[in-house]
Amino acid sequence: MKIKAKMKRDMAVVKVLAKHPMETGLRKDKKTDKVIPAKFIKELVGKHGDKVVFHADFGRAVSKNPYVSFSFAGAKKGDNVSMTWTDNTGETVTVEAPIK
Amino acid sequence: MREKRRLLLKSLIGFTTMATAMTAMPRLAMAKWSKAFDNETVDGAMNDLYGDATLTADDKITLKVPEIAENGAVVPVTVKTKMANVTNISIFADKNPQPLAASFTLPEGTAAEVSIRIRLGETQVVKAVVEADGKLYTKEQEVKVTIGGCGG
Repeated sequence: MKIKAKMKRDMAVVKVLAKHPMETGLRKDKKTDKVIPAKFIKELVGKHGDKVVFHADFGRAVSKNPYVSFSFAGAKKGDNVSMTWTDNTGETVTVEAPIK
Repeated sequence: MREKRRLLLKSLIGFTTMATAMTAMPRLAMAKWSKAFDNETVDGAMNDLYGDATLTADDKITLKVPEIAENGAVVPVTVKTKMANVTNISIFADKNPQPLAASFTLPEGTAAEVSIRIRLGETQVVKAVVEADGKLYTKEQEVKVTIGGCGG
């Protein structure tokens, strides 16, 4: 997962690119004709310190390697933002990045 | 195939029971991943998310989607609004197998502007629903898809 966070006036603009296949569970493997099991991110949470500043729930329609952007107030340069995704299999990844 | 269907059905039933247990919480404030994402109709998904609340079309919402998407697998969508006290932004695609694509819960201090990339299986209407001050507003736009985003 890549995070780019930058102050723009009084708002911290956060851009997130998560690496994830986002399999819907509806697709079939062309060779074996078997359904590819679902594996998609269900939840993406952004935190500034302990405060939750962003919470997204994803359905299966979110593209592979999801990209999202949002912005929030109350941060300053040098603060950290952390992003955590959790997928339908329970796998979870957290990445932290400083605000530039 | 038949067995697979049973399996799917079973897991769906599992989801439903889980979701029913959660309906004790106030509907509009619901932030957890809900059964709405599994619902196969827009109306159904909206009902799961918002109950029978009414939606008002409003031009104060900006829904930025391409008019023509060459590749349905990656369609950029931006929703923003100048409305005050926005707590949730959700995106629906009416002809996808499960229309609810994403739902954003925005705490105080977070701007009412989000961008995401979604898949569209075919040409269809993309709908944004904004919850502000406990009321629901919507804006929609058609996206023409040249190559669908759900095939293998």
